Amino acid sequence: MREIDQRLASKRQAAELGGGQARIDRHHQRGKLTSRERLEILLDEGSFTESDMFVEHRCVDFGMQDQKIPGDGVVTGWGTINGRLVFVFSQDFTVFGGSLSEAHAEKICKIMDQAMKSGAPVIGLNDSGGARIQEGVASLGGYADVFQRNVLASGVVPQISMIMGPCAGGAVYSPAMTDFIFMVKDTSYMFVTGPEVVKTVTHEEVTHEELGGAETHSTISGVCDLAFENELHALRKLREFYDFLPLNNREKPPVRPCEDPPNREETSLDTLVPENPNQPYDIRELITKTVDDGHFFEIQPDFARNIIVGMARMNGSTVGFVANQPLVLAGCLDIKSSTKAARFVRFCDAFNIPIVTYVDVPGFLPGTAQEYGGIIKHGAKLLFAYAQCTVPKVTVITRKAYGGAYDVMASKHLRGDVNLAWPNAEIAVMGPKGAVEIIFRSDIGDAEKIEQRTEEYREKFANPFVAASRGYIDDVITPARTRTHICKALAMLANKQLENPWRKHDNLPL
Amino acid sequence: MFKKILIANRGEIACRAIRTARKLGIATAAVYSEADSNALHVAMADEAIPIGPAASSESYLKIEAILQACADCGADAVYPGYGFLSENAQFAAALADKNIEFIGPGVHAIESMGDKITSKKLAIEAGVSTVPGHTDIIRDADHAVVIASEIGYPVMLKASAGGGGKGMRVAFDEAECRDGFERASNEARTSFGDDRVFIEKFIQQPRHIEIQVLADKHGNAVYLNERECSIQRRHQKVIEEAPSPFLNAETRAAMGKQACALAAAVNYHSAGTVEFIVDAEQKFYFLEMNTRLQVEHPVTEMITGFDLVEQMINVAAGKPLEFKQTDVPINGWSMEARIYAENPFREFLPSTGRLIRYSEPADIENVRVDSGVVEGGEVSIYYDPMISKLVTWGHDRNAAIATMKTALDRYGIDGVTTNIPFLSALFAHPKFIEGDFSTNFIAEHYPDGFTEPAATDIELQQIHAAAAVTHFLLRRQAGAISGSLFPATELSHGQFVIVDSDQSQHPVTVSSTDAGIFNLQLAGKTLQLQTRWKPGNRVIEGQIDGETFILQWQRTSTGYQLASGKLSRPLQIMSTRAAELYCHMPIRKPVDTSLFLLSPMPGLLVNLMVAEGDSVRAGDPLAVVEAMKMENVLKAERDGKIAIVHQTAGATLDVDQKIIEFEQNS
Repeated sequence: MREIDQRLASKRQAAELGGGQARIDRHHQRGKLTSRERLEILLDEGSFTESDMFVEHRCVDFGMQDQKIPGDGVVTGWGTINGRLVFVFSQDFTVFGGSLSEAHAEKICKIMDQAMKSGAPVIGLNDSGGARIQEGVASLGGYADVFQRNVLASGVVPQISMIMGPCAGGAVYSPAMTDFIFMVKDTSYMFVTGPEVVKTVTHEEVTHEELGGAETHSTISGVCDLAFENELHALRKLREFYDFLPLNNREKPPVRPCEDPPNREETSLDTLVPENPNQPYDIRELITKTVDDGHFFEIQPDFARNIIVGMARMNGSTVGFVANQPLVLAGCLDIKSSTKAARFVRFCDAFNIPIVTYVDVPGFLPGTAQEYGGIIKHGAKLLFAYAQCTVPKVTVITRKAYGGAYDVMASKHLRGDVNLAWPNAEIAVMGPKGAVEIIFRSDIGDAEKIEQRTEEYREKFANPFVAASRGYIDDVITPARTRTHICKALAMLANKQLENPWRKHDNLPL
Repeated sequence: MFKKILIANRGEIACRAIRTARKLGIATAAVYSEADSNALHVAMADEAIPIGPAASSESYLKIEAILQACADCGADAVYPGYGFLSENAQFAAALADKNIEFIGPGVHAIESMGDKITSKKLAIEAGVSTVPGHTDIIRDADHAVVIASEIGYPVMLKASAGGGGKGMRVAFDEAECRDGFERASNEARTSFGDDRVFIEKFIQQPRHIEIQVLADKHGNAVYLNERECSIQRRHQKVIEEAPSPFLNAETRAAMGKQACALAAAVNYHSAGTVEFIVDAEQKFYFLEMNTRLQVEHPVTEMITGFDLVEQMINVAAGKPLEFKQTDVPINGWSMEARIYAENPFREFLPSTGRLIRYSEPADIENVRVDSGVVEGGEVSIYYDPMISKLVTWGHDRNAAIATMKTALDRYGIDGVTTNIPFLSALFAHPKFIEGDFSTNFIAEHYPDGFTEPAATDIELQQIHAAAAVTHFLLRRQAGAISGSLFPATELSHGQFVIVDSDQSQHPVTVSSTDAGIFNLQLAGKTLQLQTRWKPGNRVIEGQIDGETFILQWQRTSTGYQLASGKLSRPLQIMSTRAAELYCHMPIRKPVDTSLFLLSPMPGLLVNLMVAEGDSVRAGDPLAVVEAMKMENVLKAERDGKIAIVHQTAGATLDVDQKIIEFEQNS
């Protein structure tokens, strides 16, 4: 072998070994895979093309000049997922704890720049102890360079962060600005300040897991979009999720062959909504029975469960679903559910994914907690998101659409393209009882009269026909045929053109 | 003939009766409670009349409400079904008063057979054999021995005040009888404060076998052979069959003759059932007579070819029977399994709820499903949780059992848990297949309740092979996505590893060039699997090397769940590389079920169903929280004992506020 080939081979070997076998073994013992193993599972077999394998850090302080590992703690490049292009970076915890050096950041920036030019998503597999302290401000500069690219790429190519180890301090803000954050249960955590600092400042005793584990972020904070059982599960599901996404903001969502007939009827949906308007039902059943192959990929299933968001396909192509969930808090809108749905709607709009909205909403959640928490501005986010949206919007009101929440939930007035209602839908300012108590305040003492008035109000407004007579509802449909109607509407809207006026950017109520 | 029959029942039997009435060209009227307004029997009938609130006592059991419904719709006959008012003499009499025909026996027959003492007396008078015994109190051990030898050993000494097996002793000879008397009376004294003991013949390995009789108003009576109903759980029949694998022709004829004699003794007209206990020597003893159509009547219909509901209608209309005893055949074999909404793994706790998916195996040859529900229907808390009766027929017993297995595999029910795994295990039990059982079968073979039986190698192979093929087809579908970087070719070969629920790994290769034909390498074997499964199908069926299989299929968060009637396996399927790395994955402990019941939402605690110290079962309702004007019932997630109740009804709750605390390690 020529000397140069030998040198290349030994460099490659060194890069592939990262922090060395001992560290890899310890990493494995913690239930974690190496950065390269993760890419092997995430990407199509043999598709990964690495770049910058030989990049090394340039730090000369604290003896760092003697500790160089080719690649410098991050593996970058591109590959395919089910044949479609994706750019990836995968941090290597065995190399300097995956800490981010200037060179490490440059590698990430380089593939992000390439991703923007090529129009393909970026997936980051995060496993890093934080900044490379030995490098000081150069490392911080590296972070900021990544942040800046996250922001510029936002809405141009989808960005997904998979947290597979520690992610603390400033490092959290890169994932925070990507479109989706996924986490692995038990082996990953994210927080701005760790348990030790928390203890000194607020005297709270809290574990890593409680403070920033996958469970915490997927149920309490909502930072995490999905939490997975282990790394293999996480990477497998990430592949499944990737298949829903368009590659960039100029492309339409991908299409897959679909053998599920678009006109499939589900007679059981005719009895989905209980006769008693105060009895809940699971709106998930409607989603799974209307989408292709019954396959619904839910996002944030354990956070703000009063609203459901997720991806599915209709007649082979991706559609985003938003649905009020009557099983939880009667499906009302509150701070968390509004924020959750608003973010999802904006993602879909940014990437040309049509939105189907299932509405059964009794209104906004009342209470001091909500008002003090700023429901006014948070609720406005969802209103803003739907109003701004230019992708095809199909809305089906299954039961209640009361008050301001009716307006918010992709109503006709917010440029809903096709707005449908089931026969027992009630589209009104509020429920009959509440309305009568306001309109006929003087009769409140007279129970009989109130009941009669309530019945009158129910007769007049607790149906879809008043709204339909004004054209707010395009049609009243049989529940069993919901899939047919949506597939037809989406086909009609396939080439929908709609633009918002030019502006530098909008001013979403944050 | 009648012009309109009102069906005074609900569920499968109402639907069953409507079908026959329709066949005979008779109009039908259904009645329904508030809970049943969307029920199938309401949709099937020509008209339907509401009769009151959900509770049966306010609706289906309310005689005035049914009479009113008859008047409203102008029915000239009432079909009662089973349960509810079917054996209510008062109801039959009230209908007679209004000149409405009760499609069942006369009032006298209902009354006399409805009373245990009267019916036994009438049976003895009619020459029907009854359990030998001495109803008088035994004076002492000597007296016991005298009586026991009169009855014949073995005998049972029973405490007069007894119950729950206390104060009961079996004696096979004189010595045991003396000893048994002393013990039984001592036990009776300490347990019940009453030492009176009596003696009865002890029936060893008893079987429950019943004779179907049919009599008209012209004095003709025939028996339509027997039904074997020994497979019971706590006196609830689970599996019935006809004929019995146990009876010989002489015993059958003897039982049939006695049953007809009893029917004649009470001027019986209509279909009725005489229940017997049969011992190991084919000696049989009268138990009681049911003066209605039995739940398990379909097995009789399957082997005799008669429609019993049709016969009942004809008899009620005054027609004489059109056939004689010699015309009654035994054609092949029939099995019935009662599909219940209950959890066999949790002490058969009833399960209620919406039938999110409900797919009957009705298209299989020789399968009959008598049901009263459709997909989207409800198994309500108000009525019997029987979903349907699955009935199969075969040229012989084994064929009927084999068809039953296939039908149970195919039955797809989501939304409520069912006893299908238990039924499948029973039908696969070697003793059941041999026909070697008594009414003690379930207690003997499942003394500690039911757990999922182990999978056989062939069952595992089917599950693994089917899972691999579905995974392959899903991979193929995923690979055909638009936007591929390089032109994609259709996937024709796949190599995976199945990780089973016990963490064992099973490498498999799948290749397919012809649609629907898959060649597999699995566990060192080459298999060919044929199926027309495609993504979205919830059942995969086909052949593996010519052997038919049917499995339920569904996606789970981590992979797939495949289930036959008997077993259910969650599987993961991954690439060979992922399987190599799988050893590094920590096995997560199951989520620790908290000791607290927390309020899932801010709201008002409307009702607390439990108090401190109460023991609760998983699924029991604990509290009702009202939020956004909706009542949410919070249920126990596991069995336990209530340690502390933190709230009182009427309290306003925050989200995650403690309502109830359970005892540790309970």
